[in-house]
Parts: sequence; structure tokens; C-alpha cells
Amino acid sequence: MRLIILRSVTWFAGLMPTVWLVWRFLDDRLGANPIEEILHRLGDVSLIFLLVTLAITPLRAVVGWNEIIKIRRPLGLFGFFYLTMHFLTYAVLDQTLDFEFIIEDVLERPYISIGFTAWILLIPLAITSTKGWIRRLGKHWKKLHRLAYVATIMGVVHFYWQVKADTYWPTLAAMLITVLMIYRIRSSRGRWRPQVREAKNR
Amino acid sequence: MLIGKSGKIPSSEITPEGMYLNRRQFIGKSAAVVAGASMGSGIGGSIEPENSQKDWSKVRSELDEELTPFDDVTSYNNFYEFGTGKSDPVRNAHTLRPRPWTIEVGGLCDNPGTYGLEDFIKPGNIEDRVYRMRCVEAWSMVIPWQGFSLKDVIDQAKPSGSARFVEFRTLHDLEQMPGQRYGVLRWPYVEGLRLDEAKHPLTMLITGVYGKTLPNQNGAPIRLIVPWKYGFKGIKSIVSMRFLEEMPMNTWKRSASHEYGFYANVNPDVSHPRWSQARERRIGEFRRRRTLMFNGYADEVASLYSGMDLRTHY
Repeated sequence: MRLIILRSVTWFAGLMPTVWLVWRFLDDRLGANPIEEILHRLGDVSLIFLLVTLAITPLRAVVGWNEIIKIRRPLGLFGFFYLTMHFLTYAVLDQTLDFEFIIEDVLERPYISIGFTAWILLIPLAITSTKGWIRRLGKHWKKLHRLAYVATIMGVVHFYWQVKADTYWPTLAAMLITVLMIYRIRSSRGRWRPQVREAKNR
Repeated sequence: MLIGKSGKIPSSEITPEGMYLNRRQFIGKSAAVVAGASMGSGIGGSIEPENSQKDWSKVRSELDEELTPFDDVTSYNNFYEFGTGKSDPVRNAHTLRPRPWTIEVGGLCDNPGTYGLEDFIKPGNIEDRVYRMRCVEAWSMVIPWQGFSLKDVIDQAKPSGSARFVEFRTLHDLEQMPGQRYGVLRWPYVEGLRLDEAKHPLTMLITGVYGKTLPNQNGAPIRLIVPWKYGFKGIKSIVSMRFLEEMPMNTWKRSASHEYGFYANVNPDVSHPRWSQARERRIGEFRRRRTLMFNGYADEVASLYSGMDLRTHY
């Protein structure tokens, strides 16, 4: 029962940003520069989902509730979905598929290069998120999916490099990812390892 | 006029020939000076024009570009004194009290003074100017401003021969401008122009938009507009103007000098280090359009920068 609620909340949270953006679009409430607004909000939402995804494992140890691991995959996939929408908004709406400019941006603008790379890195992770791929990849799966940390850090750097002067939100995101990384590194070294009963979970 | 003066012409008064030759051209073309746009009384500093019901759709044809709607001009603003989001100023700028207001004119000039707004603005001099506004963030608008030439103020102040720059400051008041409580930028906001740029006929002090008194979020009660430069040069809610010998340090240059310079001329060939300046999104349009050199005012202003490397002097 608790799991059903948890899953419903996850799907609700995952679809809310889409509903919210579509509603604002239809109601003409995206402001004077709707493309920029959609682009930025999709970027925010994507980064939030990726950070929350990475926070699930530590959270599991802190609250001692193993079942929440089951929402990690949908959360991560929502993060990837919004990142893809963010990229498509940039390429299709913002740049109207003018590849000359897109390529120049990706190659020459560091904040776009790093954001683009993060998206590319997450593609194989999204593909291999199915049960079949988890089985097929075995122990390699875990290693491959550590790329989620790399991509999220890149996302935070992309965010930080993009703003003009107000670094409040990017700094907050950077602090969060730092805490998550410290936890990750310490737990992988064997110290401070959470008492996780993996077997019961499966 | 700038030339034909008898006697010794101070160095600050010398106009490049190219600019003189271009005067007629720009008055006819890009400045879009609308005849009969006399503004209302200056009582109490109110400059609500008599013709605020004017048909702005007619103005469009003079620049041959569609005006950006009033709602967009007044709801999508960079004015960090009221928050760093573009929709923050319209929500937060109600704390600004644009009247009464005083402006100090000082520095290297023979005729310094502190003026009440109503003495500073001469209603008879108010003109309409439809200008393109190009933000450094690669979006743009076309805006019908009302204001007067900065040159009028400069001529009255009589800058001394050694004055080469004008520095402007925004109000510094944490009560009226709550954004100044945060160290996002160094406060107060400072901008500057070279004296010849400041005296250029396109350079305006603005007190109104769309025939209405300038809204707080657009820089009430008085702001600068230099249409061939990126929008951040157009300092808002000005309280002081000083003539200097040395180039003043403007706020964005101080914040990130490798990204924002003193000149900040619109230039599609010189990218911002983080993004391209080759194109811009005109607010209200879908596809980006190509950015024009000097924002389309090259004929009028290019001569101000002849011989300068615009890559180093960005």
C-alpha cells in the first residue's frame, strides 16, 4: 500500500511539470519570452529530478525505508525525459534547427558543451534501465550507472556557467551534489555504509 | 549645432566629420522623430503626455519594424535592484518612489548643480524616439520612448576641456530597491559613456514609454538609452551624472570584465564568451533574426569608433 502511494506520488511529481507548462502555454502565461521560459523551466526540472534520483540511496539509509529504492528508476527516467525536452526546446524552438549555430554552440560554448555531454552520457543509462539490461549487464550495470553522478555534476556546472550574476540556485545545486558525492565516496570506501538489506528488497 | 562656433572649440566639442555628415540621414531615418509629440505639463514632475491615446500602430512604419507590445516592454525587464528574474521588477518595483526625485550633475564642469526632476526635464524638449533595444542576453525589442537628448543636459552643464567621460549612478536605497540587499552586483549601479557618445544625437534620457510616464520597472523616473549599445548601458533611475577625465568603471564590467566591457556596442561579430551575439530573438517573434552591427545604427555611430579594435574594446 505504501509502495502504491509512493509510486503514485512519483508519477504525479513527474507529470506535474509538463501539465504546468502546457497549462501556462495555453493560458498565455509564459511571459514575453515563452521559449526562454520553457527552456529554463525544463532545465530546472530535469536537474531537480536528477538530484533527487541520486539522493534516493542516501535517503534510504537515513529514513531506513528500503522500498523507496523502487522509485529511483522512474525518477531518473523523468530526469532524462525533461533533459531531453530541454535539449529539444533548445534545438527546435530556440535555434529552429539551424545546425550551423547548434554545432557552433556545442563546440565553442563551454556551458552548452558540458550540458550537451551530460545529455549524451545519460542516453545509454536510460536505454539500459530496463530489467532485461540490468540482468544482461550484471555487475557492469552498477558501474555504468555511476555515470549518473558525472552527468548530474555536469548539469550543475552547466547551470552555474549559464547564469549572469545571480548564482544562488546553481550554488544550492552544487552544495547538494557535493553532499551526495561525499556520501557516495564514503559509503563506497566501506565506512559509513548504510545497513541495507538488499536481499529482502528484491 | 556642434560646428560653426566662433573662437576656440574645446576638445570635448569636436565632432568627427563622418558624424556631422550623417546627421541629416539619421534624423530622417532611424531616429523616428515623430512630429507634434508635445508632452504635457511638468507640474509636480508629472509628464503624462496629452497624447497618451496616440495610435502607436502608426509609429511602426517609421522604423519599419513592429513595436514590441507595451505589456512585454513593461513585464520583461532586467533590473536587478528588484530581483534577478525578468518578471521580478514588474512585481517588486512598486517600492520605488520616483517622485520627488533629485538629480545631481557634477564633476568636471563649469555649471554643476542639483536639480529637482521637474527642473531637469523640460517638457518642451520631449520627443518620441522609436529605438531597437538589444540586450546582451540576445533578445531584443522595438520600443517607443519619450525623452530628450542627453546633449542638452551636457551643454547646460558645460563640461571642462579635460572632461572625457560621463558617469551615471542609480539610486542606492535598500528600502526602495530591496534587491540591493543582495551582493549580486556592486551597488549602486554605475554606467558611463565617452563624452562624444554621450553627446551623440541618438543618446537620450528617457522619461516615458508608449506615451505614458516611465513605469518603475523600466527605470523611473529617468533612465538612459543608447540604442547602439547593449541594454545594460541604459542605466535606470538615475540620481547622478558626473564628468570625469578617466573612464569610469561600469557595474557589469566590474562584475565580469572578460564578459562585459565599457563600450558594449552591439556587435554580431564579437561573441560574448559564453554565447553567440550573431543572432537575437525579437520578443514576440519565433525565429531568431540576425543581429545588426551597432544594432542597426552603424551609419550614425560607426565613425565614433573608427580606428578602434572592437574585439578588444568590446
